[in-house]
Amino acid sequence: MITVQACLDGLLLGILFALIAYGMALQWGVMNIINIAQGDLVILGGYIAYFMYLYGIHPAWGVIVSPIIMYFIGVGIYKLVINKVVDRDLFISILATFGISILFMQLMNFAFGADVVLANSGYGTTMLFDNNVTLPNSKIFSAVISIVFAIGLVIYMKKSKLGRAIRATAQNSRAAKILGVDTEKVYAATFGINAALCGVAGALISITFTIHPYMGLPYTIRSFMIVIVAGLGNLPGVAMSGMGLGVFEEFADYILGTEFRIGAVFLLLVLILVYRRFKLSRKREYLK
Amino acid sequence: MSKNILLYSAIVIFGLVAPFVFPAFKVQLSILCVLIVLATTWNIQGGEMGYNTFGNILFYGLGMYLCASVQVGMFFPLAEWTESGGEKTFVHTPAQFFQGMAVGLVVAAVVPTIVAGLIGYAILGLRGHYFAICTLGLGVAAGEISGGIEIIGAGQGFTTPPFPEVGGLEARGEFFYFLSFGALILTFVAVRAIYSTRFRLILNAIRDNEDKAEAMGIETMKYKIIGWMVSAFFCGLAGGIMGGLVGYIDSTDVAFDGREMGVFMVLMAILGGKGTLWGPVIGATVFHIFKEGFWTFFLGWQYVALGVLIVVIVIYFPEGIMGWLREKYPEKFGEVIDEKDRKAQVELK
Amino acid sequence: MKITRIILSFISAVVILFSTSVTSFAKVVGDKIVLGAAISLTGKYSSNGVHTQNGYNMAVDRINSMGGVKVGGKTYKFEIIYYDDESNPKRAAQLAERLISQDGVEFMLGPYSSGLTKAIAPVTEKYGVPMVEANGASRSLFTKGYKYLFAVLAPANLYLDVAIDLAVEKNNGKPVTVAMAFEQDAFSQDVRLGVLDAIKRTGSKKVIDDKLPKELNDMAATLVKVKQMKPDVLVVSGHTKGALTAIRQIAEMKVDVPMLAMTHCDAAKLSKQHGKNSQYALCASQWHKTLTYKDNFFKDGMKYAADFEKEFGYDPPYQSAESSAALLVFKDAFERANSFDQKKVRDALAATNMQTFYGNIKFAEGGQNVDKPMVLFQVMCDGSGKCENKVVAPTKWASAKLIHPIPKWSER
Repeated sequence: MITVQACLDGLLLGILFALIAYGMALQWGVMNIINIAQGDLVILGGYIAYFMYLYGIHPAWGVIVSPIIMYFIGVGIYKLVINKVVDRDLFISILATFGISILFMQLMNFAFGADVVLANSGYGTTMLFDNNVTLPNSKIFSAVISIVFAIGLVIYMKKSKLGRAIRATAQNSRAAKILGVDTEKVYAATFGINAALCGVAGALISITFTIHPYMGLPYTIRSFMIVIVAGLGNLPGVAMSGMGLGVFEEFADYILGTEFRIGAVFLLLVLILVYRRFKLSRKREYLK
Repeated sequence: MSKNILLYSAIVIFGLVAPFVFPAFKVQLSILCVLIVLATTWNIQGGEMGYNTFGNILFYGLGMYLCASVQVGMFFPLAEWTESGGEKTFVHTPAQFFQGMAVGLVVAAVVPTIVAGLIGYAILGLRGHYFAICTLGLGVAAGEISGGIEIIGAGQGFTTPPFPEVGGLEARGEFFYFLSFGALILTFVAVRAIYSTRFRLILNAIRDNEDKAEAMGIETMKYKIIGWMVSAFFCGLAGGIMGGLVGYIDSTDVAFDGREMGVFMVLMAILGGKGTLWGPVIGATVFHIFKEGFWTFFLGWQYVALGVLIVVIVIYFPEGIMGWLREKYPEKFGEVIDEKDRKAQVELK
Repeated sequence: MKITRIILSFISAVVILFSTSVTSFAKVVGDKIVLGAAISLTGKYSSNGVHTQNGYNMAVDRINSMGGVKVGGKTYKFEIIYYDDESNPKRAAQLAERLISQDGVEFMLGPYSSGLTKAIAPVTEKYGVPMVEANGASRSLFTKGYKYLFAVLAPANLYLDVAIDLAVEKNNGKPVTVAMAFEQDAFSQDVRLGVLDAIKRTGSKKVIDDKLPKELNDMAATLVKVKQMKPDVLVVSGHTKGALTAIRQIAEMKVDVPMLAMTHCDAAKLSKQHGKNSQYALCASQWHKTLTYKDNFFKDGMKYAADFEKEFGYDPPYQSAESSAALLVFKDAFERANSFDQKKVRDALAATNMQTFYGNIKFAEGGQNVDKPMVLFQVMCDGSGKCENKVVAPTKWASAKLIHPIPKWSER
């Protein structure tokens, strides 16, 4: 029974991770930026839902409101900082977004306090197998919403004009520019969409778990890990590795003990990178 | 050459008299020495070799825990010292304290070097941002895992042996100051010696184009590992000293403090100018003075300031102070500039 | 090498900067007694840091407005120099050093959390600066032989052992099974030790012993084990996030335990954030406003709570109350010592024996307060969903009867 419970918990958690990772894969692929502040955007999105909850609105509406607000925040960050690091060394973008991350953490601390908060959805619980396995409905809700948003985004990328422009820029930004795509606008939109996805994920996290200003970094690392396992621009891969990571975490909890959970995630990141490096080095290549 | 001697002797004399001239600033000066060591060694990877590591904090934290563990473990059962109840209190005699510290520092420097050698082959095969993120993961994982190990205090933290009652009130500060100043001199001399050999050129070749360097028959992996081991040696040493200085080790906040120290060392090196000998030294000094001078006045806003500072430095001054000076006064760096060439370049831009 | 000149001028600039930064010696200036404190205004402890700061400020204002401190026939007023320690032990130790050696502070107040107090104590001890701290409960602080450290609060190992005793009592004196989940930090681990002692003493059995990471926001794994093992008592401690996470997931996963004991319920505003789901949780607390201790400055707990609410707009958690008490202790010690000599003040502190609104204060050899028991309260809700914390143990102050065992989720 523990195994079933862990698998289900892990899968539901993993879908949420995958949503964040999809945002990261998108902007990494399009703009060649690694955004360390990804996790902090998630937490900020969570606070938006939390505030709606405080003012008596059901936090589930957060999944609509939060991405809208986050989209504009994302565009704002792009205009202020990211557009200056887009075509530079990747390490510059890592450091610059690290700065943004610290800034966000502290501003959130001022705005919302360092208290741990959560939004109650009041969704109840589903019991399975003679009450031995419990699934909080809020987790199921968040998984469903994540899937809806992911699928919606895929369709949008395929069909809409902006989506096509984004994909064109990802493939070859110079060629896209020559063919009349306003890459500056595309970049801003991409970063905005990424932030919006983080907003959705954050709202869901505030409903299912807890949030406070200083827990962003593990989400960044998780999404980074999912992306490097799956590869850029591979949505099914992102979803699969996201769920895999979720299940891995739950099992690491049982087997190693909860105290090593975060450590295990980070160690897994190192191991995956090293594994891929050895695999590639046989062909005398390296991770690009 | 005579000017160089003048410069170095001025620094050494300043370093030797500083704790007596500014007794109230001893601790800050000791921390400054440690920061310079960290920035200088980071520069070996980030500046000279082009491998931007967040992982040097691993060696620093390792050194910190090792030094304290050895210092305690040599004379008393370590498990009882760190046991969270702390019912028994052990007191180091002065001789035990200093012996323990000496052996501890040696271990703190040597073991991380070995660790760097062992993991170097696997980790240094990664390049660019993959290397950066991998080392970031390494540092954080080390912090989380060490926070779960009982024998070194786990979440309780590890109180390092208190300074024995020898000398006056100032003895502790002076001891740690001279220890860290010694470490600084050692690091600087070693790094300077290394930089004057072919080794630095090889590192620069790796930075500029690793594939071509390999094609020219340089065993890049060997040199990358050696470079990392040098960094690990001094980072471990600095960690050991810092552990004794702070007096209390916490896994994620003091030892494997990737969010602060780990980022600070990168920032200091970039601020001063990476890829130069003096850049990290100047960067660390400016950073530390700025931090100590203005930090406390922000009362809460300092992290906002830090975040803005990082963004501004990275975006607008990626070459750092030394790079800026070099741009401004190229003659002083012994560079000859062809005016025509310069104009042509400006036009190209 | 032309670069030499640049560097030389740079160094001289540094020297000038260092020598011009004047060290001001403050200690007792005019009619002011200057106390130093490193407080977490940023970082993970910042909300509790602010509770601590508010507690200090409240007491300083009150004492100053009621005549100040009388030493040697002259009246003095308290003033506090605050620095922000960023919730980081390394920073806290540096700031303590700075307060003492640069700002010339001769008396210190404690920071928030055991870890930071552990980092500061060696520094104050070295300089012989008396420190009254109100938020470092870890037992290891009091076994290191510190002479200048005084804590107005009961050590952490006493937080929850009462709960185990209570469970055994309710089980007709028979041993119980205990499940534990504690965060990886100095304070929570010490609470764990106390629980372990209680388990040993009562011959009980621990069935789960989990440690939670500092970035904890999911403890489903532990709770699944709890569901399997069906222990009699579940003990959780992990500052405010531990309390919030535990209640949320216990309610969602419908975990049935006869007794649920935790720490930091009032700081986490448990009853407000979780409403009925938090019902029946037992919480350890250093202080509760309904306790009947009295003093001249704040009258009693209820009055303190009302005044505090008026000034800061929220109900004081015990972190604020104990911080206010620290100032009362200092005032008392200064007046009895009748001097500003650090040794004399230290001896006066050691001889403290007084009652404050917060509780009786009397220091043991190691510096911990031995004259004040912990209280346990239980979250109780009425029909309309309004929840309140009611003291249930020890019986001397109990304002309500313990509800045990907790009703099953299916029956609520």
